[in-house]
Amino acid sequence: MAKEKKGLRLEHVSKIYQDPKTGKDFYAVHDANLEIAPGEFVTLLGPSGCGKTTILRMIAGFESPNEGQIYLGGEPINELTPNKRDTAMVFQSYALLPHYNIFDNVAYGLKLRKMPKDEIQRKVTNILKMVGLEGMEDRMTNQLSGGQQQRVALARALVIEPGVLLFDEPLSNLDAKLRVDMRTEIRRIQQEAGITAVYVTHDQSEAMAISDRIIVMKKGLVDQVADPHTIYYQPVDEFVADFIGEANFLRGKLDAREGDEGTVSFEGHKIPVSGVSKHSAGDDVSLVLRPESARVADEGVLRCKVTLSRFMGHYQNYQVMVGDTLIKIQDFNPKNHKIYEVGDEAWVAFNRDDLHVL
Amino acid sequence: MAKNQSTSLDRKKMMADPILVTTIVVLIAFLTLFILYPLAILLVDSFVGDTGPTLSVFQRVLAMPSFETAITNTLTVGFLVGILATLIGLLFAYVEEYVELKSKFMKGLFSVVSILPVVSPPFVLSLSVIMLFGKSGIITRYLLGIYDNNVYGFWGIALVQVLTFFPVCYMMFRGLLKNIDPSLEEAARDMGASRWKVFTSVTLPLILPGMGNAFLVTFIESIADFANPMIIGGSYDTLATSIYLQITGAYDKQGASAMSVVLLSITLIMFILQKYVLEAKSTATLTGKASRARQPIDDRSVRVPLTILCGIIALFVTLMYICVPLGGLFKTWGYDFHLTTKWFQQVFTMHHGFEAFGDSFLLSFISAPITALLSMIISYLVVKRNFKAKPFIEFVSMLAMAVPGTVLGVGYIRGFSGGVFHTGFLQGLYGTSAILVIVFIVRSLPTGTRSGISALRQIDKSIEESAYDMGANSYEVFTTVTLPLIKDSFLSGLVTSFVRSITAISAVILLVTPSTLMITVQINEFAEKGAYGVACAFATILIAITYTAVALMNVAIKHFGTSAKIQAQSEEE
Repeated sequence: MAKEKKGLRLEHVSKIYQDPKTGKDFYAVHDANLEIAPGEFVTLLGPSGCGKTTILRMIAGFESPNEGQIYLGGEPINELTPNKRDTAMVFQSYALLPHYNIFDNVAYGLKLRKMPKDEIQRKVTNILKMVGLEGMEDRMTNQLSGGQQQRVALARALVIEPGVLLFDEPLSNLDAKLRVDMRTEIRRIQQEAGITAVYVTHDQSEAMAISDRIIVMKKGLVDQVADPHTIYYQPVDEFVADFIGEANFLRGKLDAREGDEGTVSFEGHKIPVSGVSKHSAGDDVSLVLRPESARVADEGVLRCKVTLSRFMGHYQNYQVMVGDTLIKIQDFNPKNHKIYEVGDEAWVAFNRDDLHVL
Repeated sequence: MAKNQSTSLDRKKMMADPILVTTIVVLIAFLTLFILYPLAILLVDSFVGDTGPTLSVFQRVLAMPSFETAITNTLTVGFLVGILATLIGLLFAYVEEYVELKSKFMKGLFSVVSILPVVSPPFVLSLSVIMLFGKSGIITRYLLGIYDNNVYGFWGIALVQVLTFFPVCYMMFRGLLKNIDPSLEEAARDMGASRWKVFTSVTLPLILPGMGNAFLVTFIESIADFANPMIIGGSYDTLATSIYLQITGAYDKQGASAMSVVLLSITLIMFILQKYVLEAKSTATLTGKASRARQPIDDRSVRVPLTILCGIIALFVTLMYICVPLGGLFKTWGYDFHLTTKWFQQVFTMHHGFEAFGDSFLLSFISAPITALLSMIISYLVVKRNFKAKPFIEFVSMLAMAVPGTVLGVGYIRGFSGGVFHTGFLQGLYGTSAILVIVFIVRSLPTGTRSGISALRQIDKSIEESAYDMGANSYEVFTTVTLPLIKDSFLSGLVTSFVRSITAISAVILLVTPSTLMITVQINEFAEKGAYGVACAFATILIAITYTAVALMNVAIKHFGTSAKIQAQSEEE
């Protein structure tokens, strides 16, 4: 669909803002180096204020980087104004033009490009079909539901066939169920159009569902760049582990190490672990244990006491104490499982390869 | 170093947009030349003599006993009018927002009161007061039997100004009171406070900065007012009239410059106080929309007296406006109440009515669209763009609000009669109609800009960004997105500036040449001569024109406006 898929590269890009209260300068984005392949769907993920939207707006040209250079399709674009860049953005608030109907909204960018009328007609009709809005050309934007407005915003960005498509938290104004439908839809359309996409969100499940790769950001810094599977199972630090899904951290000391294997002492237990080659004996380590990888059982690795046990429908939610550490456990499909009650003494069970060593 | 790259990139991006850059440059030149420069020249004129810097002009002016009296007079009137107009404005707004208005008639009166001052020339009420309370006034002479009542002077000015300016306060308070969340007052009521206690302990503290704001705005209007003191002031001179007399009577341009500097300093201080201290405060306390509608007070002991009080004032104001057309229809006001059309005929047969209306209409008609467009461009730049000169543009275009017309007029005389800096550059401008058009533009720019800014602030920034992102340049963004979205504000700016221009007098009277006839100047002339019949006939036609313009505007907004659509859009978000 796109004329040409374009890759995107950020080299040492920084953005400095001034704190309005203290008047001090701080890095909203610090030394970001990113390489996005043509046709790739990449998500910038992080809590609010982490700099993800700033990166997006620098790519679009609304903000100018203080340091570094941005390349689109190999060309440096720092000096180009937003209207000269081969990017199209889908805004959080949709930003549809309220005085135009759907057709004119979608045709806006094509008209600016002085395209012949019949070609505009053809392209707009095609794209509206793609986003599932055929026959709605004459509606005004305020006659549409949130999801439909979202589709118009998407169609408007797609129709100009940009080198890269930018999404600024596009689903945050929709209700939960619609959000899930729309993200599937966005992914389908991006694949169909074969377009490079950069997507900003603070919703980790959205990021997991939609992306080829995820860029996790924290306080202006790029923390980890990887595919969803790696991000989830091999987070680089506690921040990533905690931000993507839920995580328990078993903080202990590496007693002994032999090659990649070792034992960690934690709350009076000795836990055998793998993947410790980068550590040496005596190091403080943190073991990531996902709540769904652990079970409460009559025998296991860690002796525990149940402090919360609640039926949630598709899982039984536990909180147990191992020494002074609280561990969250989700026991899925609990219908035929033994249910432990508050005050019960039990064991936390898990497989050795469900632990990830930080 | 790091900071510089972003700054230079921003500058490069802006320079890549020649239309934007040209617009900014032209704006800065216009504002500097026609607002800053005339004011600066007043300072230069009054501080620099033939031999260099001197205070002698000021010493001379300040030593005039008449000038000292004028300062005292101006401030006294300003304070009194400021306080009274604020209180009456508050009363009206309170009754409208809080009290159940039972009759359609009362609601009608309220809307009359809010529209009349908008459409009427500034000095109309002076004419009415003279006709009602003067020597041959209907009320004083015929109802009360007083034959030598003197309305000229302090009380006359004060009465007229209070009635002219309180509707402005009323509109300001209406906005403020609307934004008070009713649950605050209900909470106080719920905890056992009486209605009076609720008003004094909740409502009043919330609108206190707003009251200060209203007072200062009225105060500035009052001391800048030229037309009313001119007509009804008699020997009671204010600063504005003194300056006028100094220049037209004593031909003392330097003295007039020094007096203008004094008047300007007062209004400037008030303006800065108002804009930077009170305006911020008065909106900070009341943010956002009220959560739901207020339960109007239906308590007879509150409703009846307040409604009656408002009713009397509103009726009185209405009566005064009715006097104007009647004054043009009676043979001799106060003596012979036979109906006649001779005054209206005289307007056109003897007093060059067609030329006067033609000139005033044409010049206002030319300046209105320029003003409206200019103020929308300024609002767009101020709200949506970031560039170095932005604070300058915003401040100077708002500054014009604080400059009394008389001061501006003197500034133009001093600044342009010999060309810019007496070099002969642009000398051709002085004494032409073009300079009147420029004065009209400068005088209406602040109101238009203010309404444009508030309209634009309501529009999500990303709407324009999206257009920009789609490939539109600044010009295309402005014409295809911004302007259509603030069409209402543009239309009302167009009409307001037309109405303001066609009813303007203070600066115009100093700059008009015999070859151009302006209606307002004619009315002023006849009113001063005591030819009230002709003056009223002129004024009636003028009001008819302005009222038609406003009515057309309302129809236009209803049919072509976009506000309804945008409203629906923003509510959904």
